[in-house]
Amino acid sequence: MTAALILIALLILGSTAVAMSLRNLIHSALLLVLSWMGIAAFYLWAGAEFVAFAQVLVYAGAVSMIVLFAVLLTRRSRADLSIAPASLRRAVAGVLAGGATAGVLTLAVLRTNLQIAPSAAPTVTVQQLGLELIGPQVASVLVVGVILTVALLGAVVLAASDRNDGKEDAP
Amino acid sequence: MNTLQLCLLISSALFCIGLAGALSRTNTILVLLGIELMLNAANLNFIAFWRFNPAPLPATGVIFVIFAIAVAAAEAAVGLALVIAIYRHQQNIRLQDATRLKG
Repeated sequence: MTAALILIALLILGSTAVAMSLRNLIHSALLLVLSWMGIAAFYLWAGAEFVAFAQVLVYAGAVSMIVLFAVLLTRRSRADLSIAPASLRRAVAGVLAGGATAGVLTLAVLRTNLQIAPSAAPTVTVQQLGLELIGPQVASVLVVGVILTVALLGAVVLAASDRNDGKEDAP
Repeated sequence: MNTLQLCLLISSALFCIGLAGALSRTNTILVLLGIELMLNAANLNFIAFWRFNPAPLPATGVIFVIFAIAVAAAEAAVGLALVIAIYRHQQNIRLQDATRLKG
């Protein structure tokens, strides 16, 4: 049980750390797919199968494809794929901020007395989830639908607007 | 250290890798990916607390994570559309060069 968790953690953290430190943008994006698959494996380990499949569909499928499209649309030559190294001061400051946050969070987690249930994982079937979503949570589902529609329309408007906007629209 | 604390430590480490990446990289797409990683770390926490809750509620954590994933997908789409808009205006996506609004 714990050994599987440690393996999954090594997969997630290793691929994420390597992806965040690589120079090549395409390699980073593909390694992050591996990291998201590792997170889906964590959900499976914890007994949340539906969330694991949603993670695979949304992150490993959709978000990674959007990222790859954005990478390919925002380059002019092959050399653009390898990012120029960040300034040393910026890199050191970022890593220091991350490390300090990691230290604070680790101390907080280790010093808190967290009670855990001795029993097995709570089981939740897809049928229960569906009843929950169309029953008590139906307002939230509608709000999420509105958010997704508005956000995707906004994304289309942002990405499609031209620099000399309005000129073509004039009659 | 029990299993819940191990899960929380994993998600803290993931959060901090995402934070360090978002702060230290200069490429806008990588900054956005760092933010996505931080959101994923929060989702790991939801699932871990749902899994090890002493008085389990049937579907709370799972429902929360489903909504968080939906909002994160919308955020990723809008963020990458912004990246493309920035690229159109200044022909590259370095964060340091996007200083047109600087006073």
